Amino acid sequence: MSPRLGHLIRKELLQLRRDRRMLFALIFAPIFQLFIFGYAVTLDIKHIRMVVCDLARTADSRELVNSFARSGYFDLAAWVDSPSQMGRPIESGRALIGLYVPHDFSKRLARDETAQIQVILDGTDMNSAGVAGGYTAALIAQYSGRRQSASPTGGGPAAAGMGMPVLQGIENRPRILYNPELRSVNYMVPGVICMILGTVMTAMTAMAIVREREAGTLEQLIVTPIRPWELMLGKTLPFAAIGLLDVVVIIIVARAWFQVPMAGSGPLLLVLAIAFLLTTLGLGLFISTVSRTQQQAMLTAFFVLMPSVILSGFMFPIENMPRAVQWITYAIPLRYFVEIVRGIFLRGAGISVLWPQAAALVGLGGTIFALSALRFQKRLG
Amino acid sequence: MSAGRLWAVAAKEIHYILRDPRSLAVALLLPLVLLILYGYAINFDVKQIRLALYDPDRTAASRDLVEALTRTGYFRVVHVLARPGEAERVLQRRSAQAALILPARFESDLAAGRPTAVQTLVDGGDSLTASIALSYLDAMIQDWQARRLQQTLPRGRALAPIEPQVRIWYNEDLSSTNFIIPGLLVVILMMLAALLTSQTIVREREQGTIEGLVVSPVTAGELMAGKLIPYVVIAWADVALITGAGRLLFHVPLRGAPALFLGLTFVYLLAALGAGLLISVVTQSQQVAYLIALIATLLPTMLLTGFVFPLTSMPRVLQVVVQLHPATHFMVIVRALMLKGAGWSVLWPRALALTAISAALVGGSIARFRKTL
Repeated sequence: MSPRLGHLIRKELLQLRRDRRMLFALIFAPIFQLFIFGYAVTLDIKHIRMVVCDLARTADSRELVNSFARSGYFDLAAWVDSPSQMGRPIESGRALIGLYVPHDFSKRLARDETAQIQVILDGTDMNSAGVAGGYTAALIAQYSGRRQSASPTGGGPAAAGMGMPVLQGIENRPRILYNPELRSVNYMVPGVICMILGTVMTAMTAMAIVREREAGTLEQLIVTPIRPWELMLGKTLPFAAIGLLDVVVIIIVARAWFQVPMAGSGPLLLVLAIAFLLTTLGLGLFISTVSRTQQQAMLTAFFVLMPSVILSGFMFPIENMPRAVQWITYAIPLRYFVEIVRGIFLRGAGISVLWPQAAALVGLGGTIFALSALRFQKRLG
Repeated sequence: MSAGRLWAVAAKEIHYILRDPRSLAVALLLPLVLLILYGYAINFDVKQIRLALYDPDRTAASRDLVEALTRTGYFRVVHVLARPGEAERVLQRRSAQAALILPARFESDLAAGRPTAVQTLVDGGDSLTASIALSYLDAMIQDWQARRLQQTLPRGRALAPIEPQVRIWYNEDLSSTNFIIPGLLVVILMMLAALLTSQTIVREREQGTIEGLVVSPVTAGELMAGKLIPYVVIAWADVALITGAGRLLFHVPLRGAPALFLGLTFVYLLAALGAGLLISVVTQSQQVAYLIALIATLLPTMLLTGFVFPLTSMPRVLQVVVQLHPATHFMVIVRALMLKGAGWSVLWPRALALTAISAALVGGSIARFRKTL
């Protein structure tokens, strides 16, 4: 390694050490994100607040309402005495779902007639509404089933004796591969790694280089014997090192604190992370060549990165996107890295499964870095 | 407070913004880009789940069950397995997201009333789709079986004694744009804070021009207010853009009172921009200001305030803490105003909280900016 490059890297590291807050932020940011994802963000929908209007007030209706409360999915938030009063809690957001049991509920059940109840769903959050609707249907079906087997005219062994068909169920044995308890944190932690490497690193690199241009010290560097490629590497290598350090820190915290299992190989992850870093640092380099001020660098980086985060498949499945958009995502390096990290963490996938993504990353990364380097050299030389 | 000095500060900031047209373009274009992405590209509905199938029985019953699953559009058979053991590899390669393994004597067991079991396999690596796939599979299998039995029961005998009538309020087609676009307004305004106002003071500190401000007669209050004015204008442009495009392109309604909407949006605007300003006052370098702004304003707004992930699923402690964030309150307010047509009588607690936070943030910036070197 050329001595000039070594000096430059030492200068960068010295600068970083002086700026304690920056270092702290760069190491702390991923841990903070990890905690947010680990504790706050969950895809399970529970404690759905419910407002109940039970005009029947019999043992049957109380049993029905209690089955909702017992399920753990619903919290009974409000009781009202008339159906017209159900609107207010839902409008104010105090309840997401309303359950109305009419006064003839028990009588109709006793006469073996269909009893009708009303369910009102706040459709604003259609995810929660859909899930709440699903739970409701399931709970009502279970309640019906319990009544069915308990009643003398229902299905069950007694019915068989009377020549009626037996309600013999199909038993469904579900198995979940790779994330058996469907813990959101297992799913999100790989995402945090991608976010940090993919967004923070790019912006920081771009800003760091532009900062020197703003301060005028870049000119000073140019008149020294330093070659453009040494300058480029000297600026990007420290961030590459910090990025990898971040990955290691995240993996340690994720495994030790959050008990996120890693089914695949850590070293493979680090190697592929280096490939991904090619793309992010290359992008940072490119942005630095088109920005005059730090604010421009930051805004441009944000403008490019925010859509790529949304389209990367990290939070929203790519397969649900329109065809045209799916084609665009092939050009987004983050997409491949998300698949790689998830594959290694959750499914124990090896290079034999992930080689297409790895190849895409190396291809894209090499191209981006080479083009950016060329542009960087031209602007300096 | 002198209007002349205030206007001088604002004019200087406006000059700075105009000399950097790219930043202005980003501030105005990025919201549009996000709107289009979230409106057209993102889809929360889970459909066409790729299913691998093992059907050794191949009778009318087994085919009917599979047909029932695929007819709804929720599942799509992409792979027919030769052996049940193949399922795991297919899932690991992500060729399929779920697998259905039927037993050998499915139809004959059902007809004879013998217990029978199917196995469903789901790729838990994508827990969003996995839990939905699981519950759909379960519900559809039970539903299919119930309907088969219904056909064999004597006429007039209802299988299900309870029939729920479900009504959906406010968003009858459960359209995700109605849900997302009001939330986007909250996120984007907070984004402007993270990107723009978080830089405004610290930039002067880095460049050394803050000394000039400190020795001038400008008071801290005039400085903060003057700095905010141009960004308030940009923010309003974004509000108009988002609500206008939301209405024209995605038919997102505004069912509440427009005056209330404008008033509360203004309060939130001040809170968001004020948050950025506060960060700008307390940091020493632009890079750190940017990082902190991302972590403290933008990220929480997108993840913790009910934008996509429901608040009630978070731990209690966090639910309480996040009430300090202005976006939490405005998220509820804007959705209630746009979709539910809610009025002041329902919204006043949230509005009060938002105003208090707003005042605290802007006041805090003024208080913290010490006119010393």
